[in-house]
Amino acid sequence: MTEQSALSFHNVRQVFSSGGHALCALDGIGFAVAPGRVTGLIGPDGAGKTTLMRLACGLLRPAQGEIRVLGLDAVNEPQAVQSAVGYMPQRFGLYEDLSVQENLDLYADLQGLPKDGRAARYAELMHMTGLAPFTARLAGRLSGGMKQKLGLACALLRAPRLLLLDEPTVGVDPVSRRELWAIVYGQVREQGMSVLLSTAYLDEAERCDDVLLLHQGRLLGQGAPADFSAEVEGRIFQVSASGISHRRLQTRLSQAPGVLDALVEGETVRLVMQAPGEPAAASLLPGLDEVRIRPAAPRFEDAFVARLKTRHDAAAALGALDLHIDARGDEEVIRVRKLLRRFGDFIAVNEVSFSVRRGEIFGLLGANGAGKTTTFRMLCGLLPASGGELSVAGHDLHTARAEARRHIGYMAQKFSLYGDLSVAQNLRFFASAYGLRGRRQDQRVAWAIDTFGLADYRQTNARDLPLGFKQRLSFAAALMHEPEILFLDEPTSGVDPLARREFWARTNALAEAGVTVLVTTHFMEEANYCDRLVIMAEGTVLAEGTPREMKARARSADNPDPTMEDAFIQLIEQREQAGEKGKETAA
Amino acid sequence: MSFFHIRSLARKEFLALMRDKRSRIVIIVPPIIQLFIFGFAATYDLNDVPVAVYNEDSGGASRELLARIEGSPHFSVLHRIGSDAGIAPLIDDRKVLLVVRFSKRFSADMARGDPASLQIVIDGRNSNTAMIALNYLRSVVLDFNRDWQQRHGQTGPPATLEMRAWYNENLQSRWFIVPGIVGSLMLVVTLLVTALSVAREREQGTFDQLLVTPLRPLELLVGKAIPGMVIGLLEATLIIVLMVWFFEVPLRGSLPALYLGILLFLAATVGVGLMISSIAVTQQQAILGAFLFVVPAIILSGFTTPIANMPEVVQWLTQLNPLRYFLVIVRGVTLEGDGFALLFHQFWPMVIIAAATLTMAGWLFRHRMY
Amino acid sequence: MSARLRRLWGMIRKESLQILRDPSSISIAFVMPVVLLLLFGYGVSLDAKRIPLGIVIEQPDTASQSLAGAFDRSEFFRPQRFDAIQTAQVALAERRIDGILWLRNDFSSRLFSGLDAPIGIFVNGVDSNRANITQGYIQGTWLAWLQHFAAAQGRSLDLPVAMEQRVWFNPALNSRLFLVPGLIAIIMTMIGSLLTAMVVAREWERGTMEALMVTPLHMGEMLTGKLIPYFVLGMGGMLLSVAMALFLFGVPLLSPFWLLMACSALFMLVSLAIGLLISIVTRNQFLAGQVALVVSFLPSFLLSGFLFDIHSMPEWVQTITYVVPARYFVAILQTLFLAGPVWPVVLVNAGAMLFMLVVLTALVVKKSYKRLD
Repeated sequence: MTEQSALSFHNVRQVFSSGGHALCALDGIGFAVAPGRVTGLIGPDGAGKTTLMRLACGLLRPAQGEIRVLGLDAVNEPQAVQSAVGYMPQRFGLYEDLSVQENLDLYADLQGLPKDGRAARYAELMHMTGLAPFTARLAGRLSGGMKQKLGLACALLRAPRLLLLDEPTVGVDPVSRRELWAIVYGQVREQGMSVLLSTAYLDEAERCDDVLLLHQGRLLGQGAPADFSAEVEGRIFQVSASGISHRRLQTRLSQAPGVLDALVEGETVRLVMQAPGEPAAASLLPGLDEVRIRPAAPRFEDAFVARLKTRHDAAAALGALDLHIDARGDEEVIRVRKLLRRFGDFIAVNEVSFSVRRGEIFGLLGANGAGKTTTFRMLCGLLPASGGELSVAGHDLHTARAEARRHIGYMAQKFSLYGDLSVAQNLRFFASAYGLRGRRQDQRVAWAIDTFGLADYRQTNARDLPLGFKQRLSFAAALMHEPEILFLDEPTSGVDPLARREFWARTNALAEAGVTVLVTTHFMEEANYCDRLVIMAEGTVLAEGTPREMKARARSADNPDPTMEDAFIQLIEQREQAGEKGKETAA
Repeated sequence: MSFFHIRSLARKEFLALMRDKRSRIVIIVPPIIQLFIFGFAATYDLNDVPVAVYNEDSGGASRELLARIEGSPHFSVLHRIGSDAGIAPLIDDRKVLLVVRFSKRFSADMARGDPASLQIVIDGRNSNTAMIALNYLRSVVLDFNRDWQQRHGQTGPPATLEMRAWYNENLQSRWFIVPGIVGSLMLVVTLLVTALSVAREREQGTFDQLLVTPLRPLELLVGKAIPGMVIGLLEATLIIVLMVWFFEVPLRGSLPALYLGILLFLAATVGVGLMISSIAVTQQQAILGAFLFVVPAIILSGFTTPIANMPEVVQWLTQLNPLRYFLVIVRGVTLEGDGFALLFHQFWPMVIIAAATLTMAGWLFRHRMY
Repeated sequence: MSARLRRLWGMIRKESLQILRDPSSISIAFVMPVVLLLLFGYGVSLDAKRIPLGIVIEQPDTASQSLAGAFDRSEFFRPQRFDAIQTAQVALAERRIDGILWLRNDFSSRLFSGLDAPIGIFVNGVDSNRANITQGYIQGTWLAWLQHFAAAQGRSLDLPVAMEQRVWFNPALNSRLFLVPGLIAIIMTMIGSLLTAMVVAREWERGTMEALMVTPLHMGEMLTGKLIPYFVLGMGGMLLSVAMALFLFGVPLLSPFWLLMACSALFMLVSLAIGLLISIVTRNQFLAGQVALVVSFLPSFLLSGFLFDIHSMPEWVQTITYVVPARYFVAILQTLFLAGPVWPVVLVNAGAMLFMLVVLTALVVKKSYKRLD
């Protein structure tokens, strides 16, 4: 821990008090960020990333410990630190009612950028971020990716020696994410800037020079991403088998001996084994022929899971979801034809069509603002459509009688149960809202508490639950009345990889039991869990099909095994090219 | 409509309101504190009006009248001045409200039987205070005149006024204002409870969660209205007990009629609150909306200034204000001893307001989309 | 331009642009005072006119008719005749009339025989203030009639003591002249605190506060930068209200305009500082709005001396009124409009507001620091 480091923490501890009891947000944190490098602060939501960022720019005073930023003491000279670093908070810190240029002017004034150097710096930044044509536009009217780049430009105005970025890539489409990384590395190369960047996307770890892995307020490790993945070298395999659905395959594998983690990846299942060495097909999947096992290159996420996951039997409990769904046949239960939704002159959903068969997991994939949630709200009857047709189990829920809603379950994007009510009270209320009473209600509440492992939190106010448990509770509440159709809006947003695995295991079990699931997500790799999906951007459907078909389209000589993200980026690029061509022909 | 659904909804509303300590306190403590402060503060009655005396007369008559002024609880003589020049500074600086001036010939005139002139200079900046003080002073002088004429065997004026005030015999301002405070506080509390109920759920996303269940709008409406009604009813009872027991306002009329009035008033207020709440997208809009309703509703209700003094147009507007009717009911039952019959014309407009606003709110639950 | 001034200027420009683009601040500052002042300026009045008065004459003759005629001609009354006292009393109970004038059948005979002729008066005392005013008007009409009656008989009315009253500043005792300035004080208290109550809380909620904090900007610069545009906005609303008072409601302004504006500016600063303090402490727009309403409206309405004489309140309530800024402004406004620049009144009250401003500023500075915890 030398004075040369751009940022150093020494034995830092941070405590928050909430509702009378102290909560340790960070404990015993010590590290140093090397100058001229991009350091990633990686960890799931609630790990303490934002707290750490705020400590680094002197916005919080640690309960204990020492923090030095660019040689300054962040604990005692916060103003000096704040004047020296560049910082982009979550949600980018932009004024949405000011234009791009006005936002830049404000931050230039605040950061004391000399008047005469401004024009050149603005031009440079606008060119770099591709915002030059939009300087007169209000920041609120920019897309998520553009906002993120504007926020970055504001933080970069006077080329700080240390740049702190708090979750800059959250909710942004993959293309914009790639561009952001390019800008950040450009600054590091040209200006010798040091960067600390936090993210919940584990796959972004591999883009960093150096990684700090944070989990539940503790620093689990620091090193190059390759160092982490090296730990699980020889323990990663891809398994495929014929004659079994990949969902059932994953369920079986996750219960197989020696398997730490099983994850659906396209048509195969990715395994993390407890120990190195190729497992035998017979021990993994007894009774199945044509099992192919092939070793795979380890990734950061594998290492993360291997470090945190102790083999648990959640999957076994999940196998028996004990649902009584009266659903037979495979007719289309959700039909959407040329669905349209306008807000003023803005078209949020533009002639979207798709259909979902009974028992399918159907995905709506796209970045924030692509129109997924609006489509969803129309399907659930929360928003009238401006045009087109839709039916859910034969009804338009916006106009149907109340009884029709008994068939659906709905889990909203953000946690939306009653924060002031306890877990048990929430479950009881939703059970009764669906008309369950007496012994039946008791049974269902007991079932939910048991199945979702909520017994320890029965009397806790829903607001005070840990994030993962909030998600479980929402999920349980949506299932109280054993719906035939389940709507899940961004169920895994902000949830750590372990909880996400658990969630998908449950959803798989539901689909196996015959429940139709419509799910939105902006995690591209989660598309693999879906039977079919549509990819949306700017309110329109770019493509529809199975995950395999989607990826097949992106296959090329350079990229023989494309990921879902590659497929998505290719679709976006095709669209943009088409758009430009359209403009040219119009001109 | 299912009773079971409504019961569980209402139960949930109560839990959400009452499990949070801060909202429990907000509902109970401020109204009681306000009742006490405002109950004591808000009165048109004047005590110890500061008076200055400029007495050029040395006779007994002026001293006698002065003693009566000093003896009145309404006045206290703070300054004695010796010249006209002393008047302006005292009044300009608000040291005194009025100056009483006895001319040199005051006692002499009286002895001769000529009218003696008592000159009053009064600060009219607050014309109401000035008018009340003049009224007090006039009755002191009229009493003095009557006694003087009796003692000196003179005949009084050929016709005299026998004035009697009904219902509030001593014309105590507090008897008028405190029932008004009761109504205003009920309005504020009920509106705060209900105006936020839908807006908060919308903002937190729980309203969507409710709308995807088979609950009907009517059930939602009743479930949401019950907590406001029950809290309002309990609060009203508490405030009325304090009003009668602590502020000693009489309760002469029919208690059932008062409670019918309370129920209808609460229904109308809850309706307005839920309507505001359903129109608002955010809690902030809801609170602004509640405010924009509460301020005119209180000021233009007849709480402090009579509706009869307002221009026709404004009087017409006040017909939309449930507080206007409720204040007549509270004052009617407490002071005037009214029963159902005399209050009938106050009941039915509130029924109409409640019906209209509740219907609107119920319709907006599903149709207000953003 | 120094770096400090440039930062301040940057904040002011940003805040002004936001105000211009957000219709709600403009409407709070300009539409609200106009609407409220119109509504209340006309709606709030203590001048009883055309009071419905029941007149019962049991034995109509010239004397009783001339007395009733005096009430018919008065602008304060709207008399209605009743045949019998019983029906009039029913009307009084049903709130159709506010008072009764009752001349019994021996009225004229007693009047001319020199016996005391009683005139029965009943008023509805529920609204004691209105009842008092009604009684005052009845007394006035009665005295005038007595004089008229005596003159008709070739005598003069001999009263031992006759009151000669001179009302300064508002000779016609027109209540609007003092209510309108008071309403300006109340409306401006609400608007001032509402305007700023939201602004700092909004930065917290939208996450922009963090970005502002990690710049060389000092807290003092940020607060000043926020205060100045809202001050200009608030003073705009104030000017509008004063213009309405002068030209619409005809309130005379007997002091120099600059003095009125100086005092208004001071008061506006106090209101804005209250809003700012609320905003900083709550950090939440919704809570800030709620608190701003609770501390601004009812206290300034009931405890400012605008309607109810502070001097007549119990001691402990009077003590509470010292923390209500509207109290000082109401006193200043009523004096400046109606009485002229009375320096002792202006200086004492302005001094009190200045003191409040200093205390509030100290609290704002103490409560605002560049940390999130």
